[in-house]
Amino acid sequence: MAPLLDVQNLRVSYAAQTGQCLTALAKVSFALQPGETLGVLGESGSGKSTLAAALLRLLPAKGRIEQGAVHFEGRNLLRATPRELEKIRGDRLALIFQEPSLALHPAIRVAEQIGDVIAAHKSFGRRAVREQARQILAAVFPTEVERIANSYPHQLSGGQRARVLIAQAISCGPSLIVADEPTASLDPETQQEILALFRALRQKLNLSVIWITHNPLLLEGFADRVLVLYAGRVVETGPASSVLSSPRHPYTQALLRCLPPSIEGGLANHKQCLPVIPGEAFVSVAAAEGCRCLFEPRCMERMVICTEREPEMIQLNPTHAASCFKHVD
Amino acid sequence: MEPLLRAENVAKRFESGGAFGSRQEVRALAGVTFSIFPRTTLAVVGPSGSGKSTLALCLACLEPVSSGRIWFARTEVTALNAERQRAIRPSIQMVFQDPASSLNPRMSAFELVSEPLHIQKRFDKPERRDRARDLLQRVGLPREKAAQRPDEFSGGQRQRIAIARALALEPKLLILDEALSALDCSVQAQVANLLIDLQASLGLTYLFITHDLAMAAHLADEIAVMERGQIVEMGAARSVVNAPQHAVTRRLLLAAPGVSNSALEPQAV
Amino acid sequence: MNYFLRRLLQGVLLLIGVSFLTFLFSTLAPGNYLDEMRLNPQISSATLAALRSQYQLDRPLPIRYARWMNSIAHGQLGYSFAYNSPVAPLLWIRARNTLLLAITATLLAWALALPLGIWSAERRGRLPDRALSSATSTLLVIPDLVLGLGLLILTARSAWFPTGGLFSVGFENLSPIRKLSDLLMHMALPVTALVLSALPLLIRHIRAAMVEVLGAPHLRAAAAHGIPHRKLLYGYALRAAANPLIALFGFSVGTLLSGSLLVEIIMSWPGIGPLLLEAILARDLYVVIGGVLFSTVFLVAGNFLADVLLYWADPRIRTMAGAR
Repeated sequence: MAPLLDVQNLRVSYAAQTGQCLTALAKVSFALQPGETLGVLGESGSGKSTLAAALLRLLPAKGRIEQGAVHFEGRNLLRATPRELEKIRGDRLALIFQEPSLALHPAIRVAEQIGDVIAAHKSFGRRAVREQARQILAAVFPTEVERIANSYPHQLSGGQRARVLIAQAISCGPSLIVADEPTASLDPETQQEILALFRALRQKLNLSVIWITHNPLLLEGFADRVLVLYAGRVVETGPASSVLSSPRHPYTQALLRCLPPSIEGGLANHKQCLPVIPGEAFVSVAAAEGCRCLFEPRCMERMVICTEREPEMIQLNPTHAASCFKHVD
Repeated sequence: MEPLLRAENVAKRFESGGAFGSRQEVRALAGVTFSIFPRTTLAVVGPSGSGKSTLALCLACLEPVSSGRIWFARTEVTALNAERQRAIRPSIQMVFQDPASSLNPRMSAFELVSEPLHIQKRFDKPERRDRARDLLQRVGLPREKAAQRPDEFSGGQRQRIAIARALALEPKLLILDEALSALDCSVQAQVANLLIDLQASLGLTYLFITHDLAMAAHLADEIAVMERGQIVEMGAARSVVNAPQHAVTRRLLLAAPGVSNSALEPQAV
Repeated sequence: MNYFLRRLLQGVLLLIGVSFLTFLFSTLAPGNYLDEMRLNPQISSATLAALRSQYQLDRPLPIRYARWMNSIAHGQLGYSFAYNSPVAPLLWIRARNTLLLAITATLLAWALALPLGIWSAERRGRLPDRALSSATSTLLVIPDLVLGLGLLILTARSAWFPTGGLFSVGFENLSPIRKLSDLLMHMALPVTALVLSALPLLIRHIRAAMVEVLGAPHLRAAAAHGIPHRKLLYGYALRAAANPLIALFGFSVGTLLSGSLLVEIIMSWPGIGPLLLEAILARDLYVVIGGVLFSTVFLVAGNFLADVLLYWADPRIRTMAGAR
């Protein structure tokens, strides 16, 4: 089966204030099958938000896609014209941004904002658009649909706003939703509600989902596959169960180790220092490409070769790959 | 042992509405009673709107209480006048969730840390400088970066600056209001370790407000669960987490990420 | 409703305060209307004294103010010494002309500034934006006076537009269409001067407000949903920028009015401006107060209009006001 989304060798850079060119993503390749949920795990500086924006070519003014291909439903998005892109965005491929409180227009009613998305892509009359918007809202809000439809964003709670964003995303029946940390600012209970909503919707609507987060625990039991980003490179990719329980890349291993012990496991190591990844978060510098592994300065298992070349992705088994020299025989 | 901080029936009401309209009263805190013992960590958890942040502000003397009493190191804080209360402030310091908005973007890290000393008119200039340098080193900030502004630091580094600033006046109690929530996982671990370290070396007491039950259970000696302005359950971290008594506690435990996520069924929508 | 009542009340209080202060300052200023006459040897001091008591210039200040307030309540704005007639009808004729100028200039200025501001905000940092920016800076630096005089000279040399007045000679005999075109020709110069003086600040503010909104997350999110460009710009961006722009509108109404007084004087447009100037020089007290009050009413009305628009445009104000 042909993949729904096929990203090949994506490279994105930003022009920094000093005029230098900083690479935000390099050599990023992955494929997404229809109906699959891919979890993208990355911290600050990993390029995860850049990836989300780049897929739809919505980078800020200073960003540039330098090379690569993004094949979606048979079409290369990087070669599409602005008109074609406008048609695809929201209709076939929907993006849910971070910070639900900021992603909605403050002075337009919720139902109208959903209606605008529908009207942008379907040639319905006004009444039909309103009807459709109501139906979408009913799919996302179990109760109080009328009141929410007529509300303004500031009258809604954080969780309700997140649901409105989801409603906007599904309103035209897309095949892929890219969600960039949509639950980051919500409390755990609301987070779980939103995740449950997503699970129900993706089943009902046969959605493919790319879920971007910095918290590996959210991907457990939610994502089918996980892709780990560090410093703009893919360092590991594989089925969620393997990557999250037996990671093969030193970064993923270190990341999962530094989480506080799970509550279910009794309070092991209570008030003891947690194992950390030494050093500071990665900050992009205009260094020469390909001359070293970018995780090497913080890696516990570094070797000499790590300072000489950048590692390639090595297939550890048919589904799991990691880019680290320790797997080279 | 004497508690460092004791609250008795603390209540806080917010009123909105003016002369022309109906008054609306919000009860943010409705009779909160608890104690914190020195050199321990009390974690306060609860759903949004349960009053955790209001509690923090009241304890830090940044908001007056509507009723109830608070003792800090045997002094009844609520009975003091405004000026005397201000004298207590150096002993109770706060660290907030968002370092980007709680640090003045125009001041360098060094200035930010020495400002409290300057305001409180403690020590002369050379000693202030030494102390500020000392603090920055203690929180693990590289020396060369002391002159940089907050926007040139990462999120974790900014929180360290905020902690260093809070430590400038040698407080006994540090209130951390979701101080780790905005950080990446690996950075949370680093800052958590710093807090553990500082508690051991400086003998600090922490009030740790958070959504993250796992981190709360890891860092805290005791956990208090709040709902709608009241403490509904409080006890040793181990017992609250392993044998929760109240429905809210059980709900929070179930909702924590990583807790039997795969067992969660898709809700009927 | 309470929201508007409060605003209205504030406006009325402002008017009362302004009227009192104007009264105070005018009377405190040395000299009065009769000083000119005093220099004339032919007028006896007895006549002067009689005139004084007739015009009540010998009464103490509070009494005169009270009587003036009383006459306001009866719909009269006092009496003009120079024109020897009640102030109200005098003011009204002139006020119509000033309003014509000010309102036309306001609408025209905004109609030009909005597209230009939005256009340059979209191209921020690039050549078109920078070119417009230098143009507005230059305009900003030129004082209104110089602008007006410059236009006057230009017209006097080229005879494209009439150089003053409201109507041409023989106006009454023209057909309605030609009357209108005659009026427009006379208006052209003063309106141009006003628009040119107001444009730079408006463009800058509009551009600044739009630049801020264009970078906002909700706009990127809307773009991500494929909302077409035009709708993004006007339906989303402009709407979000409405708050500061509406406040600016209220403010611009006031400044445009005060600017128009100066332009009227330069270009001999028979509005409140020349009337006010004459009255100040002649110490015609009640005309001065009447003129100042008119300006204040216009200012208050402009701001009140801005409040109404803000209420309509920003749901957060509506819900806050409604919850009270």
